[in-house]
Amino acid sequence: MKPDDAADPRLPVKDELKKRIVKGPDGFEFEVDPLQDYYCDARPEVRPGSYVRIVEDLFNWARSESLWILGFGTGCGAIEMRPLMTPRFDAYRYGIQWRPTPRQANLFVISGYLSVKTLKRVIRSYEQMQNPKYVVGLGSCTINGGMYWDSYNTIKKLDEYLPVDVYIAGCMPRPEALLAGFEELKRIIRAGKAEGANLYAKNFDWYKANQKRVIHDWDMPDYNW
Amino acid sequence: MRTLIERLQDRFALGPITEQRPDLAFVTVERAVLRPVLTHLRDHEGFTHLVLLTAVDWIEDGLFQLTYLVHDRRHGRDVGLRVLLPRETAEMESIHDLWPTAATYQRELREMFGIAFPGSPRVDEEFILEGWIDIPPYRRDFDTKAFSDAAFVHRPGRVTHDPATHMRERLHPEGTAK
Repeated sequence: MKPDDAADPRLPVKDELKKRIVKGPDGFEFEVDPLQDYYCDARPEVRPGSYVRIVEDLFNWARSESLWILGFGTGCGAIEMRPLMTPRFDAYRYGIQWRPTPRQANLFVISGYLSVKTLKRVIRSYEQMQNPKYVVGLGSCTINGGMYWDSYNTIKKLDEYLPVDVYIAGCMPRPEALLAGFEELKRIIRAGKAEGANLYAKNFDWYKANQKRVIHDWDMPDYNW
Repeated sequence: MRTLIERLQDRFALGPITEQRPDLAFVTVERAVLRPVLTHLRDHEGFTHLVLLTAVDWIEDGLFQLTYLVHDRRHGRDVGLRVLLPRETAEMESIHDLWPTAATYQRELREMFGIAFPGSPRVDEEFILEGWIDIPPYRRDFDTKAFSDAAFVHRPGRVTHDPATHMRERLHPEGTAK
């Protein structure tokens, strides 16, 4: 993540990772640096809903029926998602599936405790997800710290740092509880109340201030996607 | 194990010895003796595996205790070497040239206890914590509750009950039963 890692002389850089001039199929030459982060750091904007209510309702129905989860397990709660993927609980029948990259996901399940170090990666991943996006806090740790309530390195209240749509209580919640939570999230989305991404854009400065209060070595862009 | 310790005693000045099990003994040694003992154990006694290197904070005595646990695969026995360091100027010689894995342990001890290991590879880089601003968190004078209260926002409403008192009050609200 640190930009100076690339320049570390102890780590040999592979040929395909070196900066080079590439000729495109149209004959145009351009420079490529595979180790550089390319991002847009413009502030997020509030996305207005459709002008016609019935169209927005249709969109919300479609969104609620295709919840694609980012496969990012932050704590021990990630273990509860494996039975959901497999035939016993089979979340796929509810239109829920797991995706490998933030670009393809619209639901971020914070599965358990978040250390400050993980929070940094979570924020980055969350900001790279496409709008509209939803956050589900799984387990007591995301609600009030759970058993890590006096830990020096885990955050206690997730909604200080990210807009949370649904909390699923338990330590750990069973897969059935997760399914119930996802159904609740679908209900919220269909009602048009899952406005987490807009909330994040609207209160962007507040969220950033909270995030920077706990992440002391902030070495990434304020917003990147 | 007895013969091994006698052989070691012939060669080195050892401190107090604890034989915990027939296959496990702890020996306290002086700082300067540690490296010769470890080298001897590794090269001549078959203790080829460094199991762990860890620290204990004896804050009342003002000491850090380092424990080097080495294992002899052939005879299935372990020897733990203990070194006591003054807590204020905690600095120890690096043994990464004897066992390269020790460098990782030393990085952890540097970060979590603040024990210096000059010369150990990448010892001053961050290991687990990122952007740590307080004293090393495994030191016993670090108050994790106070730090957590100051650093993080807590959700109000957390109540804790002593299970015995709570159940007594629920089951016997009149307070007759003890």
